[in-house]
Amino acid sequence: MTNPMVEVRGVRKSYAGVEVLKSVDLTVNRSEVTCLIGPSGSGKSTLLRCINHLEKHDAGELRVDGELVGYEARNGKLYELSDKRVCEKRSHIGMVFQRFNLFQHLTVLDNVTIGQTQVKNIDREKARVKARELLARVGLDAKEKHYPAQLSGGQQQRVAIARALAMEPKLMLFDEPTSALDPELVGEVLDVMKDLAKSGMTMIVVTHEMGFAREVADTVYFLDGGIIEEFGDPQEVLTAPSSERLKSFLSKVL
Amino acid sequence: MDTNGDVAVKVVPVRHVGRWFGVAGVALFVAMLIHTTLFKVASSTKTCVTINVAKTCHGVLVWRFQWDIVGQYFTSSEVIHGLLITIELTVISMVIGIALGMIVAVMRMSPNRVLAGVAWTYTWFFRGTPVLVQITFWAFIGALYPHLSIGIPFTHVAFVHISNVNVTFTTLEAVIVGLGLNEGAYMSEIARAGLISVDEGQIEAATSLGMTRRQTLRLIVIPQAMRVIIPPTGNEVISMLKTSSLASTVAVLELFGAVSNISAQNFQIMPLLIVASIWYLIVTTVLSIGQFYLERYFARGALRSPPPTPIQRLKRDARGIVSKFRTKRGVSEAGA
Repeated sequence: MTNPMVEVRGVRKSYAGVEVLKSVDLTVNRSEVTCLIGPSGSGKSTLLRCINHLEKHDAGELRVDGELVGYEARNGKLYELSDKRVCEKRSHIGMVFQRFNLFQHLTVLDNVTIGQTQVKNIDREKARVKARELLARVGLDAKEKHYPAQLSGGQQQRVAIARALAMEPKLMLFDEPTSALDPELVGEVLDVMKDLAKSGMTMIVVTHEMGFAREVADTVYFLDGGIIEEFGDPQEVLTAPSSERLKSFLSKVL
Repeated sequence: MDTNGDVAVKVVPVRHVGRWFGVAGVALFVAMLIHTTLFKVASSTKTCVTINVAKTCHGVLVWRFQWDIVGQYFTSSEVIHGLLITIELTVISMVIGIALGMIVAVMRMSPNRVLAGVAWTYTWFFRGTPVLVQITFWAFIGALYPHLSIGIPFTHVAFVHISNVNVTFTTLEAVIVGLGLNEGAYMSEIARAGLISVDEGQIEAATSLGMTRRQTLRLIVIPQAMRVIIPPTGNEVISMLKTSSLASTVAVLELFGAVSNISAQNFQIMPLLIVASIWYLIVTTVLSIGQFYLERYFARGALRSPPPTPIQRLKRDARGIVSKFRTKRGVSEAGA
């Protein structure tokens, strides 16, 4: 039996009476890259945020690395996890945001260090060594003393990736990581993500970059109106879509 | 001709006639103000001298603002003692106010209705009643609670017992409590404004790293909120410095109380008010300088390049003037 990294079964989520996710199923295998595509408002980001419990799902079952997200099953009952346990679990899942969300008051180096020292209680010097290593990996070791506001969007997003990787996550979530970037800066971020995919990281990427999805993804899921309309191998799904909705979506974005 | 070899065009600037009239009027007013405050004038009391039979009288030259008396009391021990009490009141009340304000602001933003409600009520009450009333209330709290004990609620077990609140709880402490609680209400709104000014994305990023709510607040939200919190807090400190003069109403001899006390004995009301005012201005100036540097510190990361400090600006200007002077000399030497 394979042991997938993420299992989503019948997950539902509503905001103020509007159902954003209507019974979603999704499986992400280890060391695989999964891309979520679909029009805005289709529930892609919400699904991603449910996976690290930034949002509580209303119904269904969500497992990361075999463990329930946000709850614990004991004696046939679901117990809500304490904040501390939720935080501990979240620290193993990296997340990269559309708007980068680097800590504005900290230097690049401190951005990549703070999670290690505060959450994982790693010694400051050790954390810095690791941070420098990761910054070198994303090509920004020369910028460690800069503040986020002094960097370009692409550079900020690369720092954000390094910040997430510093926690040594077993899963990385990307929420439209290139949507806020100028077109000529998209490439540098996608290159870092491709390297990461090659290194065997399990990744879920919400994206509008169809080229990236086709090249890197192992599986593509197309969401529309809170439902998974179609999923499968990117070559098949993106070149020969079977559903009408996906056909019309692709004709607009390609 | 300039260096490019183009013919330099002489530019005639626009003449601002109206502005010059304005400047003349203001200059006249300032001159009058300086004259009346700083120069000696003939007083109405006259001294007469009789030489032979002729009697000549002339007014004595005096300062209208009696600077001699101002100088005499400026550093007198009562005034300095009052000043120190004013500073003590300001510092302690502000520390209480800021700490309370932060706690109340966080409570106000809590998802728990009870905490949020208590915080709201606190702010409502202490902002809604005059601070003078509150100070007086705390000064006479002994009338309501002659005895005070700290122990287990609703039992007779007491760990600390104060048998005479009026004696143990001094008026100075009462004023500190009054000013601190009042300030806490205002500070809570300032702190709340700062906390909600921090981008939601910062909180999400911290949360996704696995930080707890408390860590997120302490390491991410508060440091960034400080940029918004500091300017109005500086305002509050300066306001508190002057509001502390209300302590004189319950016989605490802070700066204003001290000068009132002196002028009640020698009837030199105006010079002593000037003494107090100058001291208030001096402390305010020092506080403003402190605020500038504090703001600069917490603005790190928010601006691509921080603005220069006044000292840096002075140095830069001085360097600019020197280099200008040098190039001018260089040009004239080259011309010669």
